[in-house]
Amino acid sequence: MTAFVIRRLAQAVFVLFITSILVFGGLYLVGDPIEILVHPEADQIERERARVALGLDKPLVEQYLTFLKGAVTGNLGKSFVYARPALDVIFERMPATMELAVLAMLISIVLGIPLGLYAGLRPNSFISRSIMTGSIVCFSLPTFWVGLLLILLFAVTLGWLPSTGRGPTEEIFGLQLSIFSLEGLRYALLPALNLALLKLALIIRLTRAQTREQSLLDYIKFARAKGLRSSRVIGVHLLKNILIPLVTVIGLELGSVIAYAIVTETIFAWPGMGKLVIDSIFQLDRPIVVAYLLVVVCMYIIINLVVDILYSLLDPRVRISEQHG
Amino acid sequence: MTTVKSHTHGFNGLRRGLLSLALTGSLTLAGWSATTLAQTKDLTIALSTPVTTVDPHFHNLSPNNAMAAHVFETLVKADASLKTYPGLAESWKALSDTEWEFKLRKGVKWHNGEPFTAEDVAGTIKRIPNVPNSPASFAVFVRAIKEVKVIDPHTIRFTTATTYPLLPSDMVSVAIVPKSVAETAKTEDFNSGKAMIGTGPFRFQEYVSGDRIILVRNKDYYDAQQSWDKVTFRIITSAPARVAALLSGDVHMIEGVPTADAAKLSKDARVTVSNAVSNRMIYLHLDSNREKNSPFVTMADGKPLEANPLRDARVRRAISKMIDRNAIVSRVMEGQAISAGQLLDESFFGTSKKLKPDAYDPAGAKKLMAEAGYPNGFGVTLHSPNNRYINDGATAQAVAQFLSRNGIPTKVDTMPSNIFFTRASKQEFSFILAGWGAASGDTSSPLRSLLATYDAKAGMGAANRGRFSSPELDALIAKAVVIIDDKQRDAALALASEKAIELMGLIPLHYEVSTWATRKGISYTGRADQYTLAQDAKLTGK
Repeated sequence: MTAFVIRRLAQAVFVLFITSILVFGGLYLVGDPIEILVHPEADQIERERARVALGLDKPLVEQYLTFLKGAVTGNLGKSFVYARPALDVIFERMPATMELAVLAMLISIVLGIPLGLYAGLRPNSFISRSIMTGSIVCFSLPTFWVGLLLILLFAVTLGWLPSTGRGPTEEIFGLQLSIFSLEGLRYALLPALNLALLKLALIIRLTRAQTREQSLLDYIKFARAKGLRSSRVIGVHLLKNILIPLVTVIGLELGSVIAYAIVTETIFAWPGMGKLVIDSIFQLDRPIVVAYLLVVVCMYIIINLVVDILYSLLDPRVRISEQHG
Repeated sequence: MTTVKSHTHGFNGLRRGLLSLALTGSLTLAGWSATTLAQTKDLTIALSTPVTTVDPHFHNLSPNNAMAAHVFETLVKADASLKTYPGLAESWKALSDTEWEFKLRKGVKWHNGEPFTAEDVAGTIKRIPNVPNSPASFAVFVRAIKEVKVIDPHTIRFTTATTYPLLPSDMVSVAIVPKSVAETAKTEDFNSGKAMIGTGPFRFQEYVSGDRIILVRNKDYYDAQQSWDKVTFRIITSAPARVAALLSGDVHMIEGVPTADAAKLSKDARVTVSNAVSNRMIYLHLDSNREKNSPFVTMADGKPLEANPLRDARVRRAISKMIDRNAIVSRVMEGQAISAGQLLDESFFGTSKKLKPDAYDPAGAKKLMAEAGYPNGFGVTLHSPNNRYINDGATAQAVAQFLSRNGIPTKVDTMPSNIFFTRASKQEFSFILAGWGAASGDTSSPLRSLLATYDAKAGMGAANRGRFSSPELDALIAKAVVIIDDKQRDAALALASEKAIELMGLIPLHYEVSTWATRKGISYTGRADQYTLAQDAKLTGK
């Protein structure tokens, strides 16, 4: 197990290295930050001053090596726009995104698994069909559109919930969080729901497919034949087996919800990392974009690691092998 | 004037449809009414672009400058139509061609209670060029100043290296901070609030990057009191979400109303819409540089064309006559623009009363094209940003259709501004659509940056991406910009503008009209520089 984790971490360093090169080079090809950052009325002298001040006058390779030197010591450079360490800017925005992502995943798990189970156990009932049709709607509508509809319905027409923004925050475990107060939850509900819909559809469909597959297998028949209560058959035997693929998917989806909540954050003016990174791309604030993607890669690596470990706990057949990692 | 829209494009049609649905549909409204606002005097404003810092000297960016104008003040201020008037300076005059004296207002107090003096001005001027890592410095506004002399606590003298009549108008952009702050404070200290000590009508309370800024009334403000006890600015970059926030009553005022919604909002009984013609001209720049083989110029049938017809003033005039500006204004811009015939709207300094927008004249254009030796036209690609100006991509499409209809088959290639400006500045294009905001509301800005011959050493023609060059125009500009007397300079700049348009150094399309919307009960006077200022929002109580 230890060797497995160490090997995984070594791979991670390699992935991070490659990512940094790709993003660095990619943004260089997109455009010249000076063109966006300086005031349009600035003359050539001011442009040159900005270029030197931001270190953009040096050759790209030299800029990259400077970045790499800093990165080894955990310094991913200073944002061009905010003049603060890029990681600070990102971590300041991270709690907002995290709480939204966690809330969204909770909504989709709490609703998705029971609905999927039901649809899988009674595939032909009217309710099941409605659930399945609903799930198709959930994943076929574009996020920004659903987001706007939610705002129009719940904020503009009914006036029940605030239209956009994040509620008041309080410090919990050293983080600025908003969802532990009722007022904060009111703000978080619509964006979380918007973010959850797609994942909800996915979880419903996956749970249903697994349930249908598993309920035909011998061990379920045997359990029923043994006279076990239906709730035990489903709640213990079936659920445990369908959880294995679900955990993988939920893990990966959690990663994508955190990393790419961009559309939802923009529509709901939620001050999270997604909004930061999209602004930074438009402003060609390279240090932020590079640091952000490195943080995202790290996050995915950790989530995958956790999923692999959970696997071995859930499925006694899977043993993390010391040899083949 | 950087406006960064942070959403992807391509869904605009759908969004527009959806919003229309919301606006025309019958809606009931909860929550807000004018009476509650009058009682609490709390104002919430939704801004379209993030404020990247509250340090007034770090990043010369419209949203930042607008925010600074609440807390800090400048020696000279600019009114809604960008005419200058006394701010922290009561008066100023040129003692000689290179010496300026500013008399400062007496009895002004900083937010911390200390008195405001000339030492603070001197300290500020010293800080501005030395803000570390500044991506867009304010140094340009104090560069002309070679020496600062404090005569007494309320008199200060600036010496410039050369004759520099724009000094008072540059002072509009220099936010004065206390000397102690200027000497020690870093950008972080402003963001944390520690260094946010100004003389303005609002005191700073809180800044949450990318989310909100909160200001409160400065009860000791020496000038007329503004309407609000507390103002919260929220950043809502998505335009439909901004409109929804206004309609739901979550915010009382929004800037950057999408053109598609402005007409409908103005019919909504709960909302008041206000407009102001901006200092931004949308224009076409043409490759006047390459004699041969301009990269995107071809024969009408797409075959390579060696000559560069865009160098010919007659061709440029013909292009101008092929465009029906009024159609673009009414259809593409939905009335939120004014057809342009020069570099700035007539109401601004240095403009000419003689210049009118070219009328749509296909026959005249045809004649000019034949005269220039292109009776069969030629082909060209128009490049344009698609997220920088109001409806920029659609405007480019419309221009291309007019040209194609009149004998210049035109392709359109639009791209995000971060890609566009890099490539345009490298002169990779032949024909571009861009915009120019003259911060000082004065034609010397577009004349020097867009039309003067490119000269890096002199700092001229910095944004002259077409590399238009006319010694005659250069001479007129050089002469105009050193005239101290305002009236004479105004006339000289008008003359230069006329020359620039006669030579068609660029083709003006329209001036953007900026739009704000407020809840009923609040009136707002829009500004030409597109700043959104809480002190200009007034409680009418109706």
